Amino acid sequence: MQYSSQAVAKPYFITAIALFAFQILFGLIIGLQYMLGDFLFPILPFGIAKIIHINLLIILILFGFMGASYYIVIEEAEQELHNPKLAIILFWIFLITSILSLLSYLFISYATLAKITGNYLQPTMGREFMEQPTIIKLSFVMVLGAFLYNIGMTIQKGRKTTINTILFTGLIGLTLLFLLTFYNSKNLVLDKFVWWWFVHLSFEALWLLIMVPLLAFVLLKLTNINREGIEKWLYLIIALVLLSGVISIGHHYFWIGAPEYWQWWGTIFSLIEPIPLLMITLFAFKILNSSRHQHPNKAARFWVLGTAVMAFLGAGVLGFLQSPAPLNYYTHGTQITVAHSHLAFYGTYVMIVLTMISYAMPLLQGRAANSKRSQKWEIWSFWLMNISMILMTLFIGAVGILQVYLQRFSETPLPFMMVQEKLIVFNWLREFTGVILLIGFVTYIISFFVAAKDMESIQKNS
Amino acid sequence: MNKVFTKNQARKFYYSSAVFSFLVFFLLSFDSIYSLHERDNRENLTPLVAQGKIVWEENHCIGCHSLLGEGAYYAPELGNVYKRRGSEYTKAWIKMMPTNIPGRRKMPNFEFSKEELEALIAFLKWTSEINTARWPPTIEG
Repeated sequence: MQYSSQAVAKPYFITAIALFAFQILFGLIIGLQYMLGDFLFPILPFGIAKIIHINLLIILILFGFMGASYYIVIEEAEQELHNPKLAIILFWIFLITSILSLLSYLFISYATLAKITGNYLQPTMGREFMEQPTIIKLSFVMVLGAFLYNIGMTIQKGRKTTINTILFTGLIGLTLLFLLTFYNSKNLVLDKFVWWWFVHLSFEALWLLIMVPLLAFVLLKLTNINREGIEKWLYLIIALVLLSGVISIGHHYFWIGAPEYWQWWGTIFSLIEPIPLLMITLFAFKILNSSRHQHPNKAARFWVLGTAVMAFLGAGVLGFLQSPAPLNYYTHGTQITVAHSHLAFYGTYVMIVLTMISYAMPLLQGRAANSKRSQKWEIWSFWLMNISMILMTLFIGAVGILQVYLQRFSETPLPFMMVQEKLIVFNWLREFTGVILLIGFVTYIISFFVAAKDMESIQKNS
Repeated sequence: MNKVFTKNQARKFYYSSAVFSFLVFFLLSFDSIYSLHERDNRENLTPLVAQGKIVWEENHCIGCHSLLGEGAYYAPELGNVYKRRGSEYTKAWIKMMPTNIPGRRKMPNFEFSKEELEALIAFLKWTSEINTARWPPTIEG
């Protein structure tokens, strides 16, 4: 760590890890509820546990993005943070409002929550990813705005680099798109049409403008290679991200009442979507293999390559497979969507946060890398978590394929619940992979304690 | 490759991709919103339907069900439930929740008033009449 204000990133990273723990826990709960319908009912019905599962995901990614941005922007700008105190105040505001919203789902019925937060004044709740009460949404916007100001002032004062510029563009995009959560139409078709601007343009376009520079930064630091070469790739990749990722919003417009020309636009542009993700993978391998520089943090190397590969598989390949309109006609609204979104979110956004943490956390604690012993634990957790997520996706995919066949494709289509009863075996396998994920996560946590212990004994000896 | 393709060219490619993509996106979106009335049967969007959408949202139905294929996939698709089950069956079903069948997935009882239930059904009826390009493939959703 070269700049003392980079330390503000630390609480953000720790929080992201803690939220990930709860996300896995709630995932295990709703996974069980697929087979055991009575499990935790009526204390914690599926619908509520699911809000918490996906809200934790979004909040953990936001914490990760903010921490990573503070860390990177300062180092790239060669400039202390404009206002470190503000960053810490924002951390607490964001943490408290997040926890408050999550607890309110748990302890108050959703309808009551809507009533006491005045949802009737401007209805914004009750839509996927937009479940938060309006007042919580407002606080998120405030936090994001002040965060942008702090980051923007730092960038403006310091050295201008491509990584900072693209990262800032992505962060502005994230914040502007978040404003769409306040829009709602009484016309469901229009509501859905605009809802996708937020969801699709965030996850499949502008958030990648954050993920790609983060990855590039870590690559740059691990290899010490010439910046010029990386920057050219960066522009090329994000050009293709936007070229494919914006108009491919059409693949969400096939069956929700939008004009049918989207079937063409959506299908054709979706075919390009895996290309920038493939380029990220090739680029990461190429750079890591070409450099002779041996960075002591071997674990971070795994995470960088892992993120590239998993993003390509989850977001790229699995998205690509169900985007063509004639196929999507059968797969839309089934567990196949669930399979894709699990690997896409984990592989692209959770993993980039874990990559950043793997690289920056040791530095934030005053060492270039963790002890070899700690890295061994971390690499074990890397394999456990990634293999379990791949298997989970395959099992959900199997559930999805059977569901499509039994409910939509066979001569005698069966009702939804009857189909679900036939899929119990695969759902148990899926739950089992969740347990392995949890074991992987525990291994990951152990690696931190091993690192701290080894550091202590080194300090004692010297 | 260094000589063939420079960083400056890459940057220009990025800017033009951004401009092109968002231009096409806005043009198509504008056209879509302008012509949405041909498919969304808005002439039947009564105040009762609008109220039903609020009931739908404020009870977070999307946390378990899907609507036109979007939401959660724990419980049946409801975009066409009006066509599949009709209004009386659907109303009775909602009122008798939760089922007492052990092990079966449970839906909470939302204790809707008569008016809320009517509004919800009106919303589901209106939704089932949106032109969704013949989706879902079967009545089972």
